[in-house]
Amino acid sequence: MSNKKQVRPYGDTLHDGKVQVSFSLPVPCDAKGEAAAKAIAHAMHLVDVVVAEQRPLGKGYSFYIVYGTLTQTIDLEALEVIDHGETAMNKTDIETYIRDTFVEPLVFIGASTGTDAHTVGIDAIMNMKGIAGHYGLERYAGIKAINLGSQVDNEVLLDKALEVGADVILISQTVTQKDMHIRNLTAFVELLEAEGLRDRFLVIIGGPRISHALAKELGFDAGFGPGKFAFDVASFAVKALRERGVKTHKMTTDK
Amino acid sequence: MYLNLDSRQINRCRAAARKIAEDVHHHLEQYSTVAVERTVLRLLGIDGVNRFDVPYPNVVIDHLKASGVLEKGAAFAMAHAMNTTRLTPQAIAEAVDAGTLDLSTCMTQSAPDMTRLLEAFARVRAAIDKQSAYRRHHRINPHDKPLPDKYVIVATGDIYEDIEQALSAVDNGADIVAVIRTTGQSLLDYVPHGATREGFGGTTATRENFRLMRAALDEAGTRHGRYIQLVNYASGLCMPEIAALGALERLDMMLNDSLYGIIFRDINMQRTLIDQYFSRVLSAYADIIINTGEDNYLTTADAYEHAHTVIASQFINEHFALKAGMPSRLMGLGHAFEIDPAHPDSFLLEVAQAQLSRQLFPDAPLKYMPPTKHMKGDIFMGTVQNALFNMVTVMTHQDIHLLGMMTEAIHTPFMSDRALALDNAAYVARAMASFGDAFEIKPGGLVEQRAQTVLNEATALLEVIEQEGLLATLEKGRFAGIGRGRTQGKGLEGVFQKDALYANPVLDTMCTALKEDRPDEQ
Repeated sequence: MSNKKQVRPYGDTLHDGKVQVSFSLPVPCDAKGEAAAKAIAHAMHLVDVVVAEQRPLGKGYSFYIVYGTLTQTIDLEALEVIDHGETAMNKTDIETYIRDTFVEPLVFIGASTGTDAHTVGIDAIMNMKGIAGHYGLERYAGIKAINLGSQVDNEVLLDKALEVGADVILISQTVTQKDMHIRNLTAFVELLEAEGLRDRFLVIIGGPRISHALAKELGFDAGFGPGKFAFDVASFAVKALRERGVKTHKMTTDK
Repeated sequence: MYLNLDSRQINRCRAAARKIAEDVHHHLEQYSTVAVERTVLRLLGIDGVNRFDVPYPNVVIDHLKASGVLEKGAAFAMAHAMNTTRLTPQAIAEAVDAGTLDLSTCMTQSAPDMTRLLEAFARVRAAIDKQSAYRRHHRINPHDKPLPDKYVIVATGDIYEDIEQALSAVDNGADIVAVIRTTGQSLLDYVPHGATREGFGGTTATRENFRLMRAALDEAGTRHGRYIQLVNYASGLCMPEIAALGALERLDMMLNDSLYGIIFRDINMQRTLIDQYFSRVLSAYADIIINTGEDNYLTTADAYEHAHTVIASQFINEHFALKAGMPSRLMGLGHAFEIDPAHPDSFLLEVAQAQLSRQLFPDAPLKYMPPTKHMKGDIFMGTVQNALFNMVTVMTHQDIHLLGMMTEAIHTPFMSDRALALDNAAYVARAMASFGDAFEIKPGGLVEQRAQTVLNEATALLEVIEQEGLLATLEKGRFAGIGRGRTQGKGLEGVFQKDALYANPVLDTMCTALKEDRPDEQ
């Protein structure tokens, strides 16, 4: 345990392994419930388990706050991280970056594709209101955001993207039953390649089960999963477009 | 606590709001919508879906539209059909669906005798009246309670799981349960049918889901000796239809705000303002409290800079409601605790806003919304933010207290999130029960100055809107910084100009009843 690369949670002493967990159980709040909570903590590899608080949540349900010591360690060196590179800029900085870098507004087109009827993801990224206090792309100065909504065929999305002269295509996939999203996303990359258009657009995917690593594996430029907002997407996109020299100032490209 | 406000200025705001609402009403009076006409059919007793799951009200309205006779209204067509065929409205709808009846062949070019049609409506009306009577007997209006009613949300997507969550919340002290709708339902131009177990971020609003939750809450309420109120959304493209289903299944509150749909769901303004009028008459008739959506302005625009838009919108919503014959006791005007916690004195600024709303609308059951915009993944900080919000709620005597969830930015609430929020609210309500009566607001101090500034800005905004008209205001994006065109947005194709023979005796009957039965409230 002297190796600093071997890591355990930290309470107040290095490697003490202290964690706090809270959860509900579908059992009444009684001695049996408390025993169940402890057993669950043990199943999480916790020892020295203390049920600090237990309370009923109504008929047949109970809630527990548990402290314990984690016996496992993880090896920092062994962790491989694929991320989007630099820290994301905020909305104001992105707008300034766009103003200083590009000669025309950037066009983002987005859709929830295939049979997926969920617009929550694409709306969170694209619509005015955004989500969790983070405005969507529609509200960004210098970005023209076109949200096609849900159940858009891959072919329709590509046709529209060409029609509006999109720079960035955003694809949202929420339904992941039987890996439907993988098949649908793969089909879009194949379509782009068949049409010789893979490099025409920056193509970004998003959804609750999407990671950046998965996106790269499938042949997309980036992927954004839970906890990512419009500014994360925009921040990545504007930098990537600049690198590609899309709509950039002559002055900038000459440098 | 009391703010010194100039009653002449408040009257000035009301006069402007009245003119704004009247202008809209006057402009839209010559139009109706497919949603209004489908609601008329539902109020005649037409229910259910055909073998392709298309609701019969949609089948009939689509038929009238295809036959080119919708402009005379559903009541005109149905009255003629009932008089000719002697069938019930439901049997007529089923015959239309089967292709055995063409309603245009039943029509003449003159106004039909409405007797049979009004008899059919009277049967549905009796069902609504029975529900209202039950509610009147059991519910205490939120506004007449000493402490705020605790309002929680369930949103599992599965109505049976929602019931489990709701019952737990009631056991832990909830007074009001709202079932959030599945994403995108507001844009469906029909109401789905039956019990549903799959939704995303919410549960489909259907008549059967309403009925199931109502029964569960009635049972829980009986067990706890208090009436539990049920909430859903009379909003989106089926606004008045959902209001009708809510009236029949005894929902107690309905989110109902066209301005929200226009701004945040890009629903066509003409469509939804027409739909809103009918749904508010219906809600007023059925004694259902509406909840307006001003809180949403602040989740998009800055809560400090745009505080006055909330007040202006509350005045406008009040007058839209009055226009529909709705008494103040049913106007759940909305606002929210959304000022950035980084802002110095944010707590006092929230007190100023909440107290201002309280004094401007003393008889309305105000609906106060928790912090959402500045809630992060830090659930511990979130608990503190919610505690401050709960304090303002109690101090300023808000009525409908939508509880903040510490996991607001993370997921739809877990059962435990709701229980902890209920504990938090109950503790603050107990600890601060008399706070608002024990302290006075310092004359000319920060709170009073802030309230006066917001009121001044709201007055100025209302005067601008009075001049340019509400529709133009919405086009300019004065609310939440989002502009919408009057011929843009979803649902415009469902708006039509009324024919000279157009009739809506269902609406007229309810309007008359509101005037005659409750003259004291007009």
